[in-house]
Amino acid sequence: MKITELFERGEFVVSAEVGPPKGIHIEHTLEEAKTYLSGITAVNVTDNQSSVMRLGSLAVCKKLLDEGLTPIYQLTCRDRNRIALQSDLLSAAMLGIENILCLTGDHTKMGDHPQAKPVFDLDSVSLLHTVTKLEAGEDLGGNPLVGEPPKFAKGAVVSPCSDSVDAQLAKMERKVAAGADYFQTQAVFEPEKFIKFMEKAKQFGKPVQVGIIIPKSAGMAKFMNNNVAGIHVPDEMIEELKADKEKTKAGITGVEIAARIIKECKPYCQGVHIMALGWESKVPELLKKAGI
Amino acid sequence: MLITELKSKEIIASLAEGKVFMINCHGCKEVRFPEKEALELQKELQAEGKLTGVITTDYICNPDNMKLRLEKYQEQIAEADVVLVLSCGVGVQTIAEYLEDKKVCAACDTYPVPGFQGVTPLEYKCDQCGECYLNLTGGICPITACSKSLVNGQCGGSKNGMCEVDGDMECGWERIYRRLAQLGRLDVLKCPTQVRNFATDDEVAK
Repeated sequence: MKITELFERGEFVVSAEVGPPKGIHIEHTLEEAKTYLSGITAVNVTDNQSSVMRLGSLAVCKKLLDEGLTPIYQLTCRDRNRIALQSDLLSAAMLGIENILCLTGDHTKMGDHPQAKPVFDLDSVSLLHTVTKLEAGEDLGGNPLVGEPPKFAKGAVVSPCSDSVDAQLAKMERKVAAGADYFQTQAVFEPEKFIKFMEKAKQFGKPVQVGIIIPKSAGMAKFMNNNVAGIHVPDEMIEELKADKEKTKAGITGVEIAARIIKECKPYCQGVHIMALGWESKVPELLKKAGI
Repeated sequence: MLITELKSKEIIASLAEGKVFMINCHGCKEVRFPEKEALELQKELQAEGKLTGVITTDYICNPDNMKLRLEKYQEQIAEADVVLVLSCGVGVQTIAEYLEDKKVCAACDTYPVPGFQGVTPLEYKCDQCGECYLNLTGGICPITACSKSLVNGQCGGSKNGMCEVDGDMECGWERIYRRLAQLGRLDVLKCPTQVRNFATDDEVAK
């Protein structure tokens, strides 16, 4: 199922994501996805997230599909040139994967193989452009595909709380022009910034899922503030997390904060994308608290 | 060595809208400049009554030297709608930085040839990638000023205006956005999707 069909029906689309392990045993990942994420619309599978080498996104997408879940295949341009990316897109379509998310990808320097050659033959925009061409029956080199061309729900990302939000909006517009069908955002901790962003972004007429990270602790929030682009956790939220010291309550505050952010953003967007970062087990509770 | 090659007639025509001021860089010893083609272009512009002035010199990437010359031609430059620079990418970036309120366009693509790569100041870089993007980016090179050499806009990795890959480097696309805003040319960002051409063979590249 393409998630664009749900947007078209006016549904509030919920997705979450799983990161493949660094190894070949995915029983735990699948079990978690089945237990905690089977109630939601779709599950993103990250592509060597943060430039850390892991099991492949495509293979895990296929496993999720076999388990009855709807995977969103994330593709970055960091590790593959245009030939490999197109080939993998055809493979995905053949395997029955209908949802993709096109990203430029983190730089190799950010990960666990900083010596690796960063590829970036294409970028998020030219990758979307390439998929659009494939869908029309032609590859990027202008050569015809044999038989029925693939069809995808083409996702892209945008960073609504970035300190250069105008440049982000300009890029978003280019992604729409290149064929993006829907957007997922970087994690939002400042709903007012997101709402302002949506006022400008709604002109593009594409559904946007607000990105949510459950803040696990004050330490994690501070770490993100210092190290993660496009994310800023306000001081009062950090104070709130600090107050959550009792072990029995650990995590509850984070879930409450995330639920609050979803509630505040929900009237302005078309869905939510949850990056649980290992806290998949808290997703059902989060959605319940957010009233979804 | 490097070769600066005039862009196609159609591209030059699209850049040379209105009055034009031309800057030719005969370069450092290492550059092969398209003297004949440049002269033809100059004559054409002159015949059409579009030319406000010409500077032909070497080492336009030397900011001190260039500053004096640009000051000397202030009036002719002010009269022009566009400053057309015939040089490698370093030269164009030097002029664009100096004339930051002016539409400065690269009229050439720069290709590398094995050997010494010329004398350039450290502030600007040209990768001699063969398809100059400076006209789409307000004269700031996205290939060298962006860690990922992105040609379609900013990624999500800029924090407080700095590149997350290199904390000492300002986000190139934030600089580009600012420059285009300053020039009133943000519409350039709506150009078609750019797909880089990495073919180095002359015939394949075209």
